[in-house]
Amino acid sequence: MANAAINVINLVKKFEDTTAVDSVSFQVEKGEVFGLLGPNGAGKTTTVNVLCGLLKPTSGSAFVSGYDVQKESEKVKKLIGICPQETAVYPYLTGIENMELFGNLYALNMETLRKRSNMLLEKLGLAKDAKRKVEKYSGGMKRRLSLIMALIHDPQIVFLDEPTVGMDPQSRRAVWDFMKDLKKDRKTVFLTTHYMEEAEALCDQVGIIDHGRLKTLDMPENLVAKNGVENLEEVFIKLTGRKIREEI
Amino acid sequence: MMLQRVKALTKKEVKKTVREPAVLFMIFLFPLVFVLTFGASFGGLSGSQPVYNVGVVNLDAAVPPSWPQVFLQTLSNSTLLHVQVYVDNQSAQSDLSQGKIQAVIVIPSAFSQSLTSYHAAPNNPSDWVNATVSLYLDKGSVVATQALPPIIQSVLESFVDQNQNKSPTPIRMQIASLIEVRQLSAFEFMAPGMFTFASIFLIMMVAQSFTQDRENGMMKRIRTTPITSVEFMTSQIVSYMLIALIQAILVFAAIHLMGFKPQVSVTAYFTAFAFVLLFSLSNVGFGLITATISTTSSGATGISFLFVLPQLFLGTFVGASLSSATQIACKFVPSYYVTDALTSLFLRGATIASPTILVDLFAVSSSCLLILALGIMLYAKYFKI
Repeated sequence: MANAAINVINLVKKFEDTTAVDSVSFQVEKGEVFGLLGPNGAGKTTTVNVLCGLLKPTSGSAFVSGYDVQKESEKVKKLIGICPQETAVYPYLTGIENMELFGNLYALNMETLRKRSNMLLEKLGLAKDAKRKVEKYSGGMKRRLSLIMALIHDPQIVFLDEPTVGMDPQSRRAVWDFMKDLKKDRKTVFLTTHYMEEAEALCDQVGIIDHGRLKTLDMPENLVAKNGVENLEEVFIKLTGRKIREEI
Repeated sequence: MMLQRVKALTKKEVKKTVREPAVLFMIFLFPLVFVLTFGASFGGLSGSQPVYNVGVVNLDAAVPPSWPQVFLQTLSNSTLLHVQVYVDNQSAQSDLSQGKIQAVIVIPSAFSQSLTSYHAAPNNPSDWVNATVSLYLDKGSVVATQALPPIIQSVLESFVDQNQNKSPTPIRMQIASLIEVRQLSAFEFMAPGMFTFASIFLIMMVAQSFTQDRENGMMKRIRTTPITSVEFMTSQIVSYMLIALIQAILVFAAIHLMGFKPQVSVTAYFTAFAFVLLFSLSNVGFGLITATISTTSSGATGISFLFVLPQLFLGTFVGASLSSATQIACKFVPSYYVTDALTSLFLRGATIASPTILVDLFAVSSSCLLILALGIMLYAKYFKI
């Protein structure tokens, strides 16, 4: 627990008569890329929302960098960066203005803000379009901007909620490369996805969640080996009896 | 509270207002276009004078009919009047009821007799024969009811009392309709309400902005940053007060251009702008209440009319033409007190320390702060910002 970036213990989140997250427990080590896999409605986003302090758990507890997400949410917010599932960018601002706005919300000084913005825009191939209004961006460009907005303040822990959903192959490749760089920089990445190939390519540890319950948790290669199958897609089918993208 | 965060979000809101065509139109262009077209329609454009069509019915059968003819000539000489003579009151009333003319002046049968008696003994009222000129006004025209009586009264006085002694005369004018006479043009009368009118649409903008940010995930994203509720709400209030100020300046410029030039002190202007800024707080409050009960931004647009319309009809220039019963209801909306204060400052010449302004100030500040607090409380309760 001392080295854990994220620690979730018996987490339950209910919405009226629906249990979105059902007694989930896991731990993510510092510098690890953790993938939470599951179809739509499995409980991935709810888990992320609890960890970011957006939702109050019904029971159980969650810690980020040792801080209780409910009781010490102010401290948690300073350590984390979130790329939500929605393409959450302001269309009437330019790319650089979106970045600067969030940099200011994290109280970065102007020099650091400019340096970080330029570096991130360059890395995700948006430098040329930085001064264009975001409403003129393609869907993939907006997703990439949304991703780097989550990283403007150089957070220790990054939550990426379906970061590549709806992306063109080129943008997806750019995001994968970017995530590999995060891993090299020893950032902790909490990734939710329903793309099995994404999880296989990027994650150190994978949890499969379905109907709010964590079905299994291990390294991708161990999951494949333990279940005697070829890949994570087949692991999912074996554990849940259906394909992950059937419901999409 | 960290000013860097407040400033960043304020800047963002102002950019949104300027860059989003729909917001820009609703907040700035719509009030401007409205003021300009309204001002032009009601003859408020400086330099151009309106001309009113008036009918005259002569019941004076004196031979020769010299006095009525001189009176008719005097009326015709006025650049503000276009005179049309009718042979009987019935046909004149018919045209009046159809809106073809805006007033009917009835010269009484004793008109010549009265004037003759007056000129024979101008200083001896006991020898005069009294006569009453009747004036019928188009009740459907605010302009006619407000602008015409003083004009005709002035022409009649100058005709009867040619020496301008301002002493009593045997001829008096009686307005047939019981409509209050104000010595203001319709546009001037309504101009203070236009400030309030423009600001009311902030309700819709605030509601749309909050619901849109919820829909596209921006609100959620902002909530994951270290910004506090106080910083966030402060940024929103400052943004919309700033927008309201810019809007008020633009509306004032447009109204001024259309001929509304009150001769009041700079302090009165500052006080008027302070009222508009205070009023913007209630609009933010109503916007937040709307955003709380709306699930989508299109829903917010519709629901915002629940707050926009009562304020619009009961508290702006529209309210002035409502029935007296409805005007009691006006006292329950903050916009009424803002318009009343602005009217007192600009048109009635009230000082900022006068009781009416102080009462309005108390009503506006207390109601606006209350509505804002309610809006913040409701929004914070259901959306946890």
